[in-house]
Amino acid sequence: MRLLSTYLIGLIFGVGISISGMANPAKVLNFFDFAGTWDPSLAFVMGGAVIVTFIGYRLVLARSRPIFGEGFGLPANSTIDLRLVGGSALFGVGWGIAGFCPGGALPALGTGRWEVLLFVAALMAGIWLAKYFQSLGRASTANS
Amino acid sequence: METVFTPWQSLAGGALIGVAATLLMLSLGRIFGATGILSGLISPGPSQDRLWRLALLLGMVSGPLAVLLLTGQMPVVQVPVSAPMLVIGGLAVGVGVTYGSGCTSGHGVCGLARLSPRSLMAVLTFMIATAATVYVLRHVIGV
Repeated sequence: MRLLSTYLIGLIFGVGISISGMANPAKVLNFFDFAGTWDPSLAFVMGGAVIVTFIGYRLVLARSRPIFGEGFGLPANSTIDLRLVGGSALFGVGWGIAGFCPGGALPALGTGRWEVLLFVAALMAGIWLAKYFQSLGRASTANS
Repeated sequence: METVFTPWQSLAGGALIGVAATLLMLSLGRIFGATGILSGLISPGPSQDRLWRLALLLGMVSGPLAVLLLTGQMPVVQVPVSAPMLVIGGLAVGVGVTYGSGCTSGHGVCGLARLSPRSLMAVLTFMIATAATVYVLRHVIGV
C-alpha cells in the first residue's frame, strides 16, 4: 500500500515533468537564453509547482504526522555557507551545459533516449564522486 | 533551436509537480527532491529506505509512458547538446547537487514553498550560474 502510493506519487511527478517541458533540454536552455531564443515557459512550471506546494504543505503540516511515517522529515539545517553556494553554482554551470537537471532527467529516462541515459549515468557518477570526496574529508578531519 | 512558448501546459505540469510534492509529504513526510532520491539509492543505508525511493523513481520513469497512453504522443525531448557536453554537464550537476544539498525539485519547489532562506539562496545561485553558462556557451564561445 505504502509502496503503491509512493509509485503513484512518482507517476504524478513524472507526468507533470513530461508535460511541463522540464524534461526537454532545448526548452530549459531557451528559458535561460535571454539574449537569444528565449522561451519563458519554465517560469510557469516553477510558479505552478511552488504555489501548489506552498498551499499543500500548509494543509499537510497542520497534521500531527504523515500517513505512513512517524514524523515529518523537514531539513533542520539553515546555514548558508560556501558548500551550499559553491555546490549550487556548480550545479547551475552543469545545468547550463547539459540542459538536464536531476528532476527533469529522471522522468525523461522513460522516453528511452540514449542522451538521457548518458546524462543520468554521468550524474550518478558525479554524486558518487562527491560523496567519496566528502567521506575523505570526514576521515581526514577525524584523524587530525 | 527554437521552442514553442507553452504557458498553460507548463503551468499544469508545474501544478502536478506540486501535487506530487504535497502527497509525498502527506504520505511519507518527505521532501520531494530528485537529488535525495538518487543519493539515497546509491549510498549505503537501510534497505527499506531504499525501497520507497525505488518505487518513486519507477513512478517518475513511467511518466512519459503515461503521457503516451493518454495523448498518443511521447513527450518532446530535444537535445541540442553533444555527448561530451552531456557527460561534463552530468558530472558537474552530480557533484554540485551533492555539495549544494538539492536541486530544482528539493530547493526550487519544496524549499521555496517552505520559505527556506537556504533554498532561496541555492535557487538564486544556480539560476544565475545557469544563465551565465548559457550566455557564455551560446553568445561568447558560440557552441
